[in-house]
Amino acid sequence: MSQTDTDHPVLTLAMAVNQALDVAMGLDEKVFLLGEDIAEPSGGVYKVTKGLSTKYGTHRVRKTAISETAIIGAAVGAAIAGHRPVAEIMMFDFIATCLDQVTNHAGKIRYMSGGQTPVPLVIRTSAGAGRGFGAQHSELLEAWCVHTPGIKVVVPSTPADAKGLLLTAIFDDDPVLFIEQMMMYWDAKRYGGPVPPGDVRIPFGVADIKREGSDVTLVSYGRQVHDCLATAEKLAADGISCEVVDLRTLVPCDEATVLASVSKTKRAVVVHEAVTRCGFGAELSSRIHEELFGELAAPVQRVGGANTPIPYATNLESDFLPQVADIEAAVRRITG
Amino acid sequence: MSERPDAPDRDTLLAMFEIQSRIKLCDERFRSMLTSGQIQLIYYSPRGQECISAGWGVHLRPDDYVVTIYRGLHDHLAKGVPLRELWAEFLGRATGTCKGKGGPMHITHPESGLMVTTGIVGSGIPIANGFGLAAQLNGTDQVTVVNFGDGASNIGAFHEGLNMAGVWKLPVVFVCQNNLYGEHTPMAMSTPVEYISERAASYGMPGVTVNGNDPVATWKVMGEAVARARAGEGPTLVEARTYRFHGHLMGDAMEYMDKDERKAAMEADPVPAFRAWLLDNGHATEEQLAELEETITAAIDDAVEFAMNSPYPDADELYTDVYADLTVSK
Repeated sequence: MSQTDTDHPVLTLAMAVNQALDVAMGLDEKVFLLGEDIAEPSGGVYKVTKGLSTKYGTHRVRKTAISETAIIGAAVGAAIAGHRPVAEIMMFDFIATCLDQVTNHAGKIRYMSGGQTPVPLVIRTSAGAGRGFGAQHSELLEAWCVHTPGIKVVVPSTPADAKGLLLTAIFDDDPVLFIEQMMMYWDAKRYGGPVPPGDVRIPFGVADIKREGSDVTLVSYGRQVHDCLATAEKLAADGISCEVVDLRTLVPCDEATVLASVSKTKRAVVVHEAVTRCGFGAELSSRIHEELFGELAAPVQRVGGANTPIPYATNLESDFLPQVADIEAAVRRITG
Repeated sequence: MSERPDAPDRDTLLAMFEIQSRIKLCDERFRSMLTSGQIQLIYYSPRGQECISAGWGVHLRPDDYVVTIYRGLHDHLAKGVPLRELWAEFLGRATGTCKGKGGPMHITHPESGLMVTTGIVGSGIPIANGFGLAAQLNGTDQVTVVNFGDGASNIGAFHEGLNMAGVWKLPVVFVCQNNLYGEHTPMAMSTPVEYISERAASYGMPGVTVNGNDPVATWKVMGEAVARARAGEGPTLVEARTYRFHGHLMGDAMEYMDKDERKAAMEADPVPAFRAWLLDNGHATEEQLAELEETITAAIDDAVEFAMNSPYPDADELYTDVYADLTVSK
């Protein structure tokens, strides 16, 4: 939709997330927000929650202490009691301080109670390198939560997907980790896109083929989908046709679409920003090999962040990140 | 022991004794069945701590919320979790509170208001705030009681949780059941303040220390804290001092505990002491209490039989309840 929709206003990712929160809070008074600095006048350090505390009150847009364990714990309890809290963890790296609440509690309580106490909460977090924030404000840690049964994981690549997936997340009956790559928040030129108004939801577990192709499948999610599209555009000039599959949600993962695509192209490159080792790409690559080994023309390639902490210096940070050149090189390795 | 002018009415006294006896008799049955090899499970005995749960138990309504930890049998019973389902869950049976999927460390029974039992020290505290926040947002006067040990007061979740409750004036009663040991470590070696209740001062809430083996004093302090929460006046930290009779978990050799200290604590066993006080002061007759104990014993017999004869969960249950709507496989 995002590529061809000309009927709707172009929004940034931050504006789309704000709109989803606004729509959800308008629809259901059980939805409330909590997190650091999210109320006016700041409206969040990235202004994602701008205006919401004025519109809905500070009882529903709750500014907290710098206290991630208390934030997620309160969200867990309120969710069990029938609310639909949306908790913000300012930077994904900070989730390390409250993983006990995320994995041992949000993720397991439905199961441990034999299904009696669902935990319908959303944890929104901003993530990603490229802003010169160094090793503790830049990581993508989605694999930690994908590895924990009980948590759904969403990484949108466009404003329209962000809005539609966040609305689904808020009204989903499971805990959802919703990852927003901060490089996309306010960059309308590179990452802006049309967003339909109102309560438009996108179902989980439905990958979006962002570009069709026949020679190789690029599987990605989040901001790196844009790098995959740029790579596809570049390689098209050389006669290499790339199909770009945007997973949108990692749990659930639309394996059927991935496998159908790779079954057609016989080649796959999986791309994400998180460090390559034990990243979600390792799981994807493994699943493709398990299901399609005999059909593959070449081994699945992985492109991800370097297996290092994220450095500060601009040149090193850039080297850490998977770049279009890395994706291109991976494609050329298997299409040569 | 003489009459107490501050004691509650006879019905309340007997209700407290009923809860204490249910805990004591249940615990004794678990330990005897474990010792004789009839059952096998990880068991954290609450013996010695009965008065504390009974002290808040009689103040709560069915729609109030309780959160507790792995040493939680006394709290489960005080909140009214039914014996049959409780025993079946301890034994991992399909008829248990959680279909046998949670076990003793994760008892959940929302019908009784027993909302979360966590196996992680201190983690129930921030979650209790969520129940308190839900009540506050809904404009109800429901109260949440969260139970934890002295050891939990040294973990970050305690401090973050009390801070948030203090800022938001949440209707939560934080009950520190101070049994003087955090796992195998005496309190003096882990905690630099004499009273856990002193820590409330940092979080803008009252902190009270009470003799948790004194049923009347505990009843009074819990009543004040529950009333304060119910009236929207905010949280309270109650430190109820007690003693853990049987170590950290069943089978614990208790080398780190002072033998004389333990002997003295067990000789001052609060449940028989309360029983004697009820009789001495004419609140009940021997026949009455004996009948009450027989009724409980019969209910435990019934629960044990129910649990032992219940099936284990179906194999498919491994894969259910992971998500609301996703199919899960190996």
